[in-house]
Amino acid sequence: MNEPILSIRGLTKTYRGGTRALDNVDLDIRPGEIFALLGPNGAGKTTLIGAVCGLVRPSGGTITAFGHDLARDWRSARARIGLVPQELSTDMFETVWRAVAYSQGLFGKPHDAARIEEILRSLSLWDKKDAQIRALSGGMKRRVLIAKALAHDPELLFLDEPTAGVDVELRKGMWEQIARLKERGVTIILTTHYIEEAEEMADRVGIIQGGRILMVDEKHAMMERLGTTEAVIDLAVPLGQLPPEVAAFPVELGEGSTRLIYRGGTGAGGGAAEVAQLTQALTRAGIAYNSIDIHDSSLEDIFVGLLGEQEVPA
Amino acid sequence: MHFNLRSAYAIYRREMARAFRTAFQSILSPVLTTSLYFVVFGSVIGARMEPVGGVPYGAFIIPGLLMLTLLGETTSNASFGIYMPRFTGTIYELLSAPVGVAETLVGFVGAAATKGLILAAIILGTATFFVDYQITHPVLAAFYIMLVAASFALFGFILGIWADSFEKLGIIPLLILTPLTFLGGTFYSIRDLPAPWDAVAFANPIAFLVSGLRWTFYGTADVPIAVSLGLTLGFLALCVTIIAVIFRTGWRLRE
Repeated sequence: MNEPILSIRGLTKTYRGGTRALDNVDLDIRPGEIFALLGPNGAGKTTLIGAVCGLVRPSGGTITAFGHDLARDWRSARARIGLVPQELSTDMFETVWRAVAYSQGLFGKPHDAARIEEILRSLSLWDKKDAQIRALSGGMKRRVLIAKALAHDPELLFLDEPTAGVDVELRKGMWEQIARLKERGVTIILTTHYIEEAEEMADRVGIIQGGRILMVDEKHAMMERLGTTEAVIDLAVPLGQLPPEVAAFPVELGEGSTRLIYRGGTGAGGGAAEVAQLTQALTRAGIAYNSIDIHDSSLEDIFVGLLGEQEVPA
Repeated sequence: MHFNLRSAYAIYRREMARAFRTAFQSILSPVLTTSLYFVVFGSVIGARMEPVGGVPYGAFIIPGLLMLTLLGETTSNASFGIYMPRFTGTIYELLSAPVGVAETLVGFVGAAATKGLILAAIILGTATFFVDYQITHPVLAAFYIMLVAASFALFGFILGIWADSFEKLGIIPLLILTPLTFLGGTFYSIRDLPAPWDAVAFANPIAFLVSGLRWTFYGTADVPIAVSLGLTLGFLALCVTIIAVIFRTGWRLRE
């Protein structure tokens, strides 16, 4: 495996007032991957990004990026890191072109008009290059922030809720842009509330809650390991109790005993085959049914389930 | 020590662009105000006043009026320059960039000082329409104006980091700097004040600045030029030290 592009060890952040936003976080990010950091509000996602990008002073732990200790060699590391913040924070009276050119210079790059043009065109902002940012729509403003973050060609890009408040069509457009960045070799860490966004794009997923990383895994591995199949069988006649040949399956009766609910299998499959066996068992037992609704659990189901487990007192 | 010239220039250029974007507020407004002072106190009232220390009254007030504008504008410009990114959240970009205290100061403070110098040049040019004057030590005057502009731009930078509201941002220039400049010998020589007010007036540090600039203009002042220069340099060093501590601790910049 390649050396991690970003390595975090024992990262802790306690704000004044005692709020512990990060609690002994360990995390490695691999070069070229899209890593999705999922967590509810206040979980510590933005604090984690802030600690890496220099916005937050860690209370403890170490952060190493590109082999540089961020506490000592922060200049070398920061020159290769880009950040798209959650808030639409930019000088609203500046033009798009000037804003992006400023970011390029701020990160120590020589003025490169061709590169700025390329970035603006790729984000469909070229027509708006002379417009003041305040005159743009919310989605365009967010793209300006992405353009600013890309102006110095970062190798590691943080996207903090990149599609928050963005309509469905534009969100899909942004997913395509993020995929193109990955193709160019940019490592991307994104936080998101939209689990489907992580499911769509991420190579690996980390789940954070209460400042602690609960789980980090390949997205597919996580779904295989924690995923299940759910089937809802709409019965023709309510059942008083489950016959023995059906009770052997992981099923329960629901909604006035007119529904048989199966939860089993794994994300790797197996559930669908078992549902087929269940339907045969129903037929053998003479139990008629009208319809079957079957689906595999999504990343969102896994996410909600994991957080739910954490909230149960020990 | 590492210094990223491109980063510093990017900040400087953007701050200068901001000033020209708001030229009426940044340049025309202070020039108009100072011109009114020249018309009222220099031409109209000044014509009836006795010379002060051998200097015609209209010319006598030029260094004080220049100092009045320079202190207020450089402080406000620098404080606004760093306060606005904090207020709007755009400071994230500065904090996440590979720039340290040196680039930040050269960018923000350099721009504020440059704006102060442009204002000073315009005010001196404007003054020629209303009063006759000649500068005895032009090189030293230019150096002193630059020194004061840089010092108060640094002071304004500290103010912009300290302030957590627009009200606080305006308090120091309006309620402290302007009154102290008025009472610091802008319109009169402190030595002409009756005792004990002449001694009390020297508790006002701005009096030393006005006096220093007046010496570079006319070769005569209330206190020796070396004292004014020493105090100004000391103030500059104090501001640089405070800013270095702010950056090291992240006070009001990094959570």
